[in-house]
Amino acid sequence: MVPEAKNFDPVPNSERPEGALFDAGVKEYSAEGRYYYDIGFQPSENHVLAAYRITPQEGVSAAEAAAAVAAESSFATWTTVWSDYMVEAERYCARTYDIKPVPGRDDQFIAYIAYPLDLFEEGSLPNLMSSLVGNVFGFKPLRALRLEDVYFPPALLKTFQGPPHGIQVERDRLNKYGRPLLGGTMKPKLGLSAKNYGRLVYEALRGGLDFTKDDENITSQPFMRWRDRAEFVMEAVHKAEAETGERKGHYLNVTAGDMEEMYRRAELAKELGSRIIMVDFLVVGFTAFASLSKWCRANGILLHAHRAMHSVIDRQPNHGIHWRVLAKWVRIVGADHLHNGTVVGKLEGDRLSTIGINQMLRADYGRTSECPGYHFNQPWLSMPGVFPVASGGIHVWHMPELVSIFGDDSVLQFGGGTVGHPWGSAAGATANRVALEAVIQARNEGRDLLAEGPDILKEAARHSPELRAAMETWKGVSFDYETVDKPVILNP
Amino acid sequence: MKTETFSYLPPMTPDQVRKQIHYLLANGWIAGIEFAPPAGISNTYWSWWKLPMFNARTPEEIWAEIEACRAAHPDCYVRLTGYDRSRQAQVMSFVVYRPAA
Repeated sequence: MVPEAKNFDPVPNSERPEGALFDAGVKEYSAEGRYYYDIGFQPSENHVLAAYRITPQEGVSAAEAAAAVAAESSFATWTTVWSDYMVEAERYCARTYDIKPVPGRDDQFIAYIAYPLDLFEEGSLPNLMSSLVGNVFGFKPLRALRLEDVYFPPALLKTFQGPPHGIQVERDRLNKYGRPLLGGTMKPKLGLSAKNYGRLVYEALRGGLDFTKDDENITSQPFMRWRDRAEFVMEAVHKAEAETGERKGHYLNVTAGDMEEMYRRAELAKELGSRIIMVDFLVVGFTAFASLSKWCRANGILLHAHRAMHSVIDRQPNHGIHWRVLAKWVRIVGADHLHNGTVVGKLEGDRLSTIGINQMLRADYGRTSECPGYHFNQPWLSMPGVFPVASGGIHVWHMPELVSIFGDDSVLQFGGGTVGHPWGSAAGATANRVALEAVIQARNEGRDLLAEGPDILKEAARHSPELRAAMETWKGVSFDYETVDKPVILNP
Repeated sequence: MKTETFSYLPPMTPDQVRKQIHYLLANGWIAGIEFAPPAGISNTYWSWWKLPMFNARTPEEIWAEIEACRAAHPDCYVRLTGYDRSRQAQVMSFVVYRPAA
């Protein structure tokens, strides 16, 4: 007894165009008998799930557009090929299993697609990206395509390292508890000599910051070569630690033109006693980022991830990859700190989205109800959490709102808000530290930070002339612009 | 020398310390008391005063132990710590007593 054929097309060759040996040609992706549009399909516990915001071209149906995304990001090419018959398509096809409207938009919708685990290599984010955010983003029948969320099933998640150390190990190493960590980016971004730069670091750290930071575009330019910066900066860190009795660090940016040079820089930072290094994870790429993350775990060095270039990818609401997805990938690949906007500062960042991402970076089980904007619950299975970093155009007046948005497990970074203090960086650092501690004390006492914030700061300024001067300098400075990218909240 | 959280604020009054203890207990955390001589405050480990107070439920119980620790070690720094069992993590730490210079 011969079992029934399980082909795409059981038509006998005698009924095909003359000479054709299989059903060659272009088929609709959503055609019956193909698996790409399979509403009601129940993903198993081993499927990778993706939520896409799809804007089809005019005349392309939602079903065909959604099926096309599933097909082009997994198994299919534009025309049928004879070798399709040699693979069990059922096993390798991604399937659109649900679609939902986008509130207020009749030209786009959210498609939920399930990918079989077999499609992906263990521990390789680039491999997953090449499918989920690969060629499909240039597919002509789509006017725009945006990846809104990705769910990692436990079997895949467990093949990734995650943050080299995580929030709790960092706190234990630094001996800092019960408050956000305080940082500052050294300014001006470019042009200082290594010795002057080290002075900036020393002043900010001795004044009360926990961390200082290289700017993302400082590497090893002619005005300040890597080794010179590392040596002067670490002398500054050690001196500030000895004077204050507190543990401190400077994020030495090891971003370089090739991986070998990044390792050389990381090794020097370690040799000089640095507790932490930094990388521009998007511009170096996820492979280099993963390698550095593994180096950091092996060598006991914390890793700060700066997101330079993210707005190119994530700012357009209709096309690209949402920042919340990139942030999830950073936790999976592994950083200890990740920039996540400020809401109140100079750079784009919707409040609800920012809160959702903060939660997803830190939670042991990321629930959509607590992580606004995310479409999937994400168990993290003891993978360490990441400190979200608020940085960019923030000053002492923002402190109550920042603590309220970011919570204790965060890094608040005041660059201009430290170095721009009228009495210099040490006073600027002290002002920020006093403001932070006063806000934490008040919060713990049960006071309402949003309602009473200015009063809390004014009370603290009575015993801190540094804070008083900072408040005078930045009185009324705010950045109120409408957010370009507002989140679609489908799972409130 | 500074001692991390709250060391940039004026020393807390007993009433202010009690409010922080209340916050610690209200979160379900476990209070602990540690002390160290001035030369040892940069160490990770300070000496424990007894054991963490796994069963303490009121700020008064904890305040009484802080006072007892201070009386027994007047030349030492004393700090209060909070531990969150569900996160298996220390979540709070601040100095409640500094010896006279």
